Amino acid sequence: MKYEVVIGLETHVELNTKSKIFCSCGGHSEAKEPNDCVCPACSGMPGMLPVMNKRVVELAVTAGLMLNCEISRYTTFDKKNYYYPDLPCAYQITQLNHPICTNGLVHLKTSEGERDVRIKQIHMEEDAGKLVHVGKASLVDFNRTSVPLIEIVTQPDFRSAEEVLVYLNKLKTMFRSGGISECEEGAMRCDVNISVRPEGSEEFGVRTEIKNMASFEAIEKAIRYEAQRHMDALEFETEELVQETRRFDDVSGKTFAMRNKETEADYRYFPDANLMPIIIDDEWLEQIKAAKPVEIDEKADAYREAGISEKEIDMLIHNHNVSKLLDDVVAQGCDAKNAAGWILTDCVGILRKNGKLLTDLEISVEDLTAIIKMVDSGDVNRMSGRKILTAVLEEGVDPVAYCKENGLDAKVDTSVIESIMDRVFAENAQAIADYKSGKVKAKQALFGACMKELKNTADTAVIKEVLEKKLMDI
Amino acid sequence: MMKNYVVKLAENGNIAVDDTILVKGAQSAAGSRILEGFEPLFSAEAVDRLEKAGYTVAGKTHVGEFGLDLVGEFSYYSEKSEDGEAPLKGAAAEAVAGGEVKAALGVDMNGATRRAAALSGVDFLKPTYGTVSRYGIISCAASGEQLGVYAPSVEGIKEVMDVIAGHDAKDGTSLREEKYTYATDEAVAGKKVCIIKELLEKADEDVAARVNAYADKLRAAGVTVEEISLPIFDIANTTWQILMTAETCNNVSRYDGVKYGHRAAEYKNIDELYVNTRTEGFNFLTKAVILYGSDVLSKNRYEDCYGKSLKVRRVIADEFAKLMETYDAVLTPVCSKSAYTAYEIDKAFQTVFEESVFTAVANLIGVPALVSGGVQLLGKAFSESVLLSIAGSAERAGE
Ligand SMILES: [Zn+2]
Repeated sequence: MKYEVVIGLETHVELNTKSKIFCSCGGHSEAKEPNDCVCPACSGMPGMLPVMNKRVVELAVTAGLMLNCEISRYTTFDKKNYYYPDLPCAYQITQLNHPICTNGLVHLKTSEGERDVRIKQIHMEEDAGKLVHVGKASLVDFNRTSVPLIEIVTQPDFRSAEEVLVYLNKLKTMFRSGGISECEEGAMRCDVNISVRPEGSEEFGVRTEIKNMASFEAIEKAIRYEAQRHMDALEFETEELVQETRRFDDVSGKTFAMRNKETEADYRYFPDANLMPIIIDDEWLEQIKAAKPVEIDEKADAYREAGISEKEIDMLIHNHNVSKLLDDVVAQGCDAKNAAGWILTDCVGILRKNGKLLTDLEISVEDLTAIIKMVDSGDVNRMSGRKILTAVLEEGVDPVAYCKENGLDAKVDTSVIESIMDRVFAENAQAIADYKSGKVKAKQALFGACMKELKNTADTAVIKEVLEKKLMDI
Repeated sequence: MMKNYVVKLAENGNIAVDDTILVKGAQSAAGSRILEGFEPLFSAEAVDRLEKAGYTVAGKTHVGEFGLDLVGEFSYYSEKSEDGEAPLKGAAAEAVAGGEVKAALGVDMNGATRRAAALSGVDFLKPTYGTVSRYGIISCAASGEQLGVYAPSVEGIKEVMDVIAGHDAKDGTSLREEKYTYATDEAVAGKKVCIIKELLEKADEDVAARVNAYADKLRAAGVTVEEISLPIFDIANTTWQILMTAETCNNVSRYDGVKYGHRAAEYKNIDELYVNTRTEGFNFLTKAVILYGSDVLSKNRYEDCYGKSLKVRRVIADEFAKLMETYDAVLTPVCSKSAYTAYEIDKAFQTVFEESVFTAVANLIGVPALVSGGVQLLGKAFSESVLLSIAGSAERAGE
């Protein structure tokens, strides 16, 4: 018999905010020591109250817009009760009754064809901390508590592991380019609901849920294993399928049932009276829509049109901050292709020399624009421009002041260049002789000697012009 | 005079702070063993504002564990009275009545502060929900608890309220208004006050006589006082007990022995750490509240209990608002009798539940309640000045 696999997904994504969801603690990802990034609120001390981080709402709404969801104008938080030492209040603040986004749709293209996957809802919630086991002791680290997450719940619309991976990759690309999440390893976690039924059947089979997988590889393996287990059970009656929660074991590549105690808990959800309902009015929604980055496909097309290479487009699409820098510099009047070169060739080169990556790039729109414009206008030459850029990136200097202090100004009087050129010609008789005998390369030596005299400043076009003119005279 | 204080902080202090409210560096334990030794890193916003305005905290006054009892009789830290027959009193109210301090702060969650004020003969204002920051109160029932003020007179209440009321960004339920001002001397002649028949019938003769005498004082000041029937107070009480026990059960669940406060000496694993710590740390009344609260939140009971209570809360709020279209204030007893005597803790849940019929509505729907002269005045939201002025006229008539 032929079978159809039916899959639904719950994906937790860590939001890219400066501070946690209900307190002002920031920088948990850079925290070096356990509990570096905690305050009385996120460590569950009495008397402290949660205060909503507005940015979380905005990012969740942006994610909803990207996934074509309806945005709730009235959204509330609920408490989910359970005891675990990594949960300092013994409840997690999440959304049950009025999630922020509902009824979305994602279009997928796979090797097997196309499919629309419906999004049931997106809700906001806080993450828990973690336990560290040292010998016989267990220690708690609250750095991660109250880190903002969104959970994206799909309808059971996937029919293969491939579709799931295409979906997850699409989320990842979209969220990274949109500045919603870095989607780094572990920052995206999935619960997979899976059932199998005879092809053509309308009824769903027995459903199992595989919890908390952090890598795409594990998700794919788990789906393949679990689907096969269901099919074997149906085809060969190897076992009786029961609705249950399972976990995936990386080492054996198999799934195992979790103890009932962990799965049949009554979480006693109820509204959180400390957080007032959030009203998203027209004005706020319009602001969020206006700030929403254009869809990645549209964005890539625009870059292509500007003549930016496919390789560069790929780098830009995956680095929200970098593409924003480029867009901002272009908005200041720089040419897109040229500016992309400055960022993706020059900046990357300088960063690499310092053992850094593109993601480490830190330069203001003003500074980069200033450098590009100095070069474009011929005020400094390309080489000096790169020198200034290096100083800006490495030492954080002011580009204009640096240019002046180091005499990089290209505005050297033509007569000065001519007199230097006279000297170069007098001192390089051999090169001139070579040139005359047809060795064109000798021209480069003369140009270089002149540039050296000028300490690499000056407009190279002017130097070339003077050189050509003098060569014609000899 | 040490007996009113869990922790004495300053000999020359002029304001007492209930143990349910955080004072930086001083043990703040809400009368419970579970928080033994807990010293907060921050003071409550109201305490901060008072200190900035020049007040000095005299000390932390005893409260019953999490403010769940009648007036403070079940505190882990109180010295037990040698004479079991001595009437029950509240520590902060006594500190104010005895002139030890000018005023005191307390958390009104289930009426204990108001009952204590009535029994000690001082004033207490539970202000409108959201007007005073709840930042730094050891929270139990977030949707209805409110920080309030004890003082010898309405002027004393006004003085403190002028300092502490107003928006606080650290409390998500704090209202936007930056500042509130309070009056105690608005004209009261022509105001209308009602007495609720159903509540008067729940009080003994002494208390009923006190309410009627108070009504006569108001009449003398030109206030119209009439008795009416409005059978919403029992329902309001039951509804609040459901919400209050559920929220308290949830809020005290963080006291697990892992992070701070009491931790059981004996445990073999995390489950035992939780169970033993909480068995030792909570008193019988708190345990009863936890059990009721977790029951009304359980999956198969939620819709009938908690869900329905949320709806009833809205209906009661509407009913009360309708009443306030006709009247400026409601005059009620605060306690069923003029004095309580010691009783066993296994009776506490039922005892407090019955007594809360007078106080619960104000917690349920967030309206202000003022205790003065041993009686209570309820008003609509933000009508504190009306209540203070009505009580003020009675206080001045008494002088
Ligand atoms: Zn924090």
